[in-house]
Amino acid sequence: MENKRFIYLDHAATTPARPEVVDAMLPYFTEKFGNPSSVYTFSQQNKAVITDCRELIANSLGAKSNEIYFTAGGSESDNWALKATAEAYATKGKHIITTKIEHHAILHTAQYLENNGYEVTYLDVDENGIVKIEDLKNAIRPDTILISVMFANNEIGTIQPIKEIGAIAKEHGIIFHTDAVQAYGQVPIDVDAYNIDMLSASGHKLNGPKGIGFLYIRTGLKLRSFVHGGAQERSRRAGTENVTGIVGLAKAVEIAFDTMEQRTQKECKLRDYMIDRILAEVPYARLNGHRVDRLPNNVNISFQFIEGESMLIMLDMAGICASSGSACTSGSLDPSHVLLAIGLPHEIAHGSLRMTLGDENTMEEMDFVVDKIKEIVEKLRSMSPLYEDFVKRNANQ
Amino acid sequence: MYSEKVMDHFTNPRNVGEIENASGVGTVGNAKCGDIMRIYFDIDENQVIRDVKFKTFGCGAAVATSSMATELVKGKTIYEALQVTNKAVMEALDGLPPVKVHCSLLAEEAIHAALWDYCEKNGITIEGLSKPKSDIGEEEVEEEY
Repeated sequence: MENKRFIYLDHAATTPARPEVVDAMLPYFTEKFGNPSSVYTFSQQNKAVITDCRELIANSLGAKSNEIYFTAGGSESDNWALKATAEAYATKGKHIITTKIEHHAILHTAQYLENNGYEVTYLDVDENGIVKIEDLKNAIRPDTILISVMFANNEIGTIQPIKEIGAIAKEHGIIFHTDAVQAYGQVPIDVDAYNIDMLSASGHKLNGPKGIGFLYIRTGLKLRSFVHGGAQERSRRAGTENVTGIVGLAKAVEIAFDTMEQRTQKECKLRDYMIDRILAEVPYARLNGHRVDRLPNNVNISFQFIEGESMLIMLDMAGICASSGSACTSGSLDPSHVLLAIGLPHEIAHGSLRMTLGDENTMEEMDFVVDKIKEIVEKLRSMSPLYEDFVKRNANQ
Repeated sequence: MYSEKVMDHFTNPRNVGEIENASGVGTVGNAKCGDIMRIYFDIDENQVIRDVKFKTFGCGAAVATSSMATELVKGKTIYEALQVTNKAVMEALDGLPPVKVHCSLLAEEAIHAALWDYCEKNGITIEGLSKPKSDIGEEEVEEEY
């Protein structure tokens, strides 16, 4: 294909670390390498830096700094939240409520707990991917110990009514955890206003480094240690602190929150432009996820009669990085559980394309990508037996 | 992930299209699994495959295996075409990732289905050629992993 470019539209998978983030981290690999647990001044300076980072992150959520626990990322935070709550509150009950559209870090942990004597209710979602509040209320039992609902979905970008869910959890005295890996840094979050008891977040989704994240745990929750072996993270998560990661995460959070308004405004503009152009110019395409209650950077569209992986390969050849909910990209035969949960038939779920935008994307790129998508969809449809049947059916009518 | 040959057959697939009043047509796979292949044969009076076309809904490997399968049977007699196996298709493509082996099986099935259609229309019985399953089930595909 002509002019080889590089257009990265997979920011929900990961993001580049900002240069400021890398600059902030570098000294902590070399000259400022001290172990924060050591007694001498050289190392105590690093302990103070971690305290500052914790404070900054806590402020971004309206939390207290002793409620932020650093982890290796979103998956660890999700594992910790579910397993530790299950263990600590087993005497109260063994019932957990979550949804069918969670990330696998939640779903597979929930299945693990099911195999270990817990009961889990997986809530359905509506056609836009939003949890039905009535279903949630009806699922609550006297032995329900935890509700875990993601803040925003990683595939279709739908934002959940977290405030309402938090209020219901509080009213029933149930712990409320939210996986905010995609939402944190994209939308304002206040743990008190939303009655969030636990929140998972990850550094590399907001232009920070990989391998660092945190779990917010509200004061008063009696969660036990997740990693034993030292006094770090208030003895709940032992191991020498990932100082470089923590410094990078804090810098990324600082910039993400300072720039949130203008950044997300720009992303929404690009997002809406792309969605509108595709839906107007490509027939038999549908938007997946809620049109309005949606992450600023998420575009997810299903193209009927074609399959996602072939689209991805052709986009890749044009220098465009995107992802799909097709089975072929998941290593299993089933397409994305999220797309099936919003009621898409298998063949339409197989034809989904997710593009998640970032700071560096431009309007010109959006035009280039939409033009490419039109070419690719046309080419793949011309090869598709499903499209052939569809055209013949229409001709006979 | 894919060999150069697979990429070549995916980006420049041979024999894409339809044949009007084809001598034999076979469609296999299902949309649920994400792969459907349809192969059309134009077979002459000497039972030689004069022309072949295909259409495929599926991933890169599904398109490439269909394309290669059509190349391998073109100009062959129906008896020779029946001998083209999924292994031959894979080898001709310099291999497939393990999770994509089922695509080559689908290509073999599609050839057999189109041959069956031709034989049935012409009252021919070939040993070893049986009625195609209209739908290759998920369980069966899974075994190939």
